[in-house]
Amino acid sequence: MKVALFVPCYVDQFYPQVAIASLQLLAKLGVAAAFPKQQTCCGQPMANSGCEQDAKPVYHHFVDTFRDYDYVVGPAGSCVYHVRQHFDIIDQTPAVQHVRTATVELFDFITQVLGITELPGAYPHRVGLHLSCHGQRGLHQANESEMTPVRDGRLRRLLAGLEGLALTELDRNDECCGFGGTFCVSEAAISARMGQDRLADHVRNGTRVLTGGDMSCLMHLEGLVRRRQLPMRVLHAAEIFNGALA
Amino acid sequence: MSQAPNHADRSERFLLDEERTTWHDETLWFIRQKRDRAVYATPEFQELRELASQIKDHTLSRLAEYLEQFEARALANGVHVHWAADAEEHNRIVLDIVRQARATRVVKSKSMLTEECHLNPHLLAHGVEVIDSDLGERIIQLRDEAPSHVVLPAIHLKKEDVGETFWQHLGTEKGLTDPQQLTEAARQHLRAKFLAAEVAISGVNFAVAETGSVVVCTNEGNADLAIGLARVHIACMGMEKLVPRLSDLAVFTRLLTRSATGQPITTYTSHFTRPLPGRELHVVIVDNGRSQQLGRPDFRASLKCIRCGACMNTCPVYRRSGGHSYDFTIPGPIGAILSPNIDMRKHASLPFASTLCGSCTDVCPVKIDIHTQLYKWRQVLGAAGEIPASKKWSMKLLSRVLARPGLFAAGGSFARFGLRFVPHALSHAPGYNPWAIARELPAPPQQSFRAWYAQQRPNQA
Ligand code: SF4
Repeated sequence: MKVALFVPCYVDQFYPQVAIASLQLLAKLGVAAAFPKQQTCCGQPMANSGCEQDAKPVYHHFVDTFRDYDYVVGPAGSCVYHVRQHFDIIDQTPAVQHVRTATVELFDFITQVLGITELPGAYPHRVGLHLSCHGQRGLHQANESEMTPVRDGRLRRLLAGLEGLALTELDRNDECCGFGGTFCVSEAAISARMGQDRLADHVRNGTRVLTGGDMSCLMHLEGLVRRRQLPMRVLHAAEIFNGALA
Repeated sequence: MSQAPNHADRSERFLLDEERTTWHDETLWFIRQKRDRAVYATPEFQELRELASQIKDHTLSRLAEYLEQFEARALANGVHVHWAADAEEHNRIVLDIVRQARATRVVKSKSMLTEECHLNPHLLAHGVEVIDSDLGERIIQLRDEAPSHVVLPAIHLKKEDVGETFWQHLGTEKGLTDPQQLTEAARQHLRAKFLAAEVAISGVNFAVAETGSVVVCTNEGNADLAIGLARVHIACMGMEKLVPRLSDLAVFTRLLTRSATGQPITTYTSHFTRPLPGRELHVVIVDNGRSQQLGRPDFRASLKCIRCGACMNTCPVYRRSGGHSYDFTIPGPIGAILSPNIDMRKHASLPFASTLCGSCTDVCPVKIDIHTQLYKWRQVLGAAGEIPASKKWSMKLLSRVLARPGLFAAGGSFARFGLRFVPHALSHAPGYNPWAIARELPAPPQQSFRAWYAQQRPNQA
């Protein structure tokens, strides 16, 4: 199995430790992922701004970069969702079709492709899980409160399986954090308010470590945590599992 | 740049009152939770949604046929049927009917369509007194405001605001905030208006093609009272309100209020099929941009909307910006996909007033793919040049950088370098960096991942 690590642009530049943890975690699970270094971005920032046509060269570049891999694994549900969902505006060559289905989010890869439903290790902390909307509603990684009162999901189960980890029960389990890509600057006031409300829910219910599978939401929330100096660490779930797994 | 205020500007104003924003958010979230409980308690809810969606898709695919069928049945029932191409024609038709009835006093029960057509100002300008009889509608009519929600038109107001309005207009005691007493005051005030009205105007929730009847769903019974008392009833409906058969209606009545407020059904579901002896029943069927939307394959599904308001209640943006921030008759996510059809330039910011979280799509009882349509409207607006020029050019530039890995790697290291050495006050200046108004920028690491990786595996290409 040839696996490539897809490192979203902002992770590469600002959160290298998340990509490192993803790479190391995969290695511990027996998967030697390569990092094709000509990779850049999935094109989502342009497309979400209404410039999908301008993103086409970026889409082609993405496909060219990853076409020879069986799986393209990324620690960000939103970017993965974009590739799978919105690369439909370029010619659907076999390579494009392959890359669209081969691109999977890190924890989907672990649970669905590798079939691993439990990761060993201990993490004795009070952890709050932030569900990314694109992961949850787009990639169907977790149950939605719009449909069912049962709170369940792949990452939630993996986290709950760590020894000593206590999961925060939030008042609103799956409300959007307000990042939304370019929304966070074009609608800066609402975006910030949404993030602050999300964090207040975590603070109220005891979260000490805030985690999730999508670094884009976490980047926004971390920015708010640091500005308000909230007593909370923000870590991508790959960092938690990589640390817990000796 | 001096531009007309957009959604972001209007929300920013709304958000200045932090406490009120909290209250608004929690009030609507409470309604969303009531909806959730009703949905969880209905095991076949998802099947109902699918059924409703298919019925609406089918109806829209043969809308002309069903409209003709409806008209033929309604005429046979002794109903007057009128067709209006736009708001102006609608208003003219209604005024003509009122004049023919030699009436000067009209009671209206809640109808988003007449709001959309700005009927009230038209009637008032022609010497006709028009009173909104729905409590929420009446409150905002007294305040000369637009509705901020399709089901709860005065949801942006606290009971203190209502007390103030009633004190000014209805002479209630100053400082009265007890909802019971306020409602009673409105009741007394409206009763006299009901009795005096010669014409009753109502909206239409559903029109049944096979029977030629229109169906009005209300909780207050105000529509029934007004229609029962007035000699002439004018029912105004958008042309997308049709369902083929009476049996189809059952699917929608089960979905409508569960989605809207969590009730199993509205208190009153009234069918109007033929006028009583000596009375008149008119139905005005309005296009006003709907056939244009029907002709847009990516957006036609927006016409399936049954105006339950669930997408507003669930929208994290709507809850924190209020209905008026959309500056369109129908606010919230559904308004954001309907409005560009009416005026693309004026409403260009609305499809961007969303994080595309998708919650609207998941609550919509007729399964409109709202967030997908928001995304698609962005592309239409982008192609039509209706996005800010700064955004357009920065996206073109970004695209060139992102399609060229060499440029990309260099650009990233510049950005990181910049963040590490530029003073905080400068990198976080609000005028230059909206991100930093409320947030810290990420702490720039020493090294990007790609640099780290290259060090780990120096001999890899
Ligand atoms: S779009 Fe759907 S959820 Fe929104 S008001 Fe219409 S029917 Fe209700």
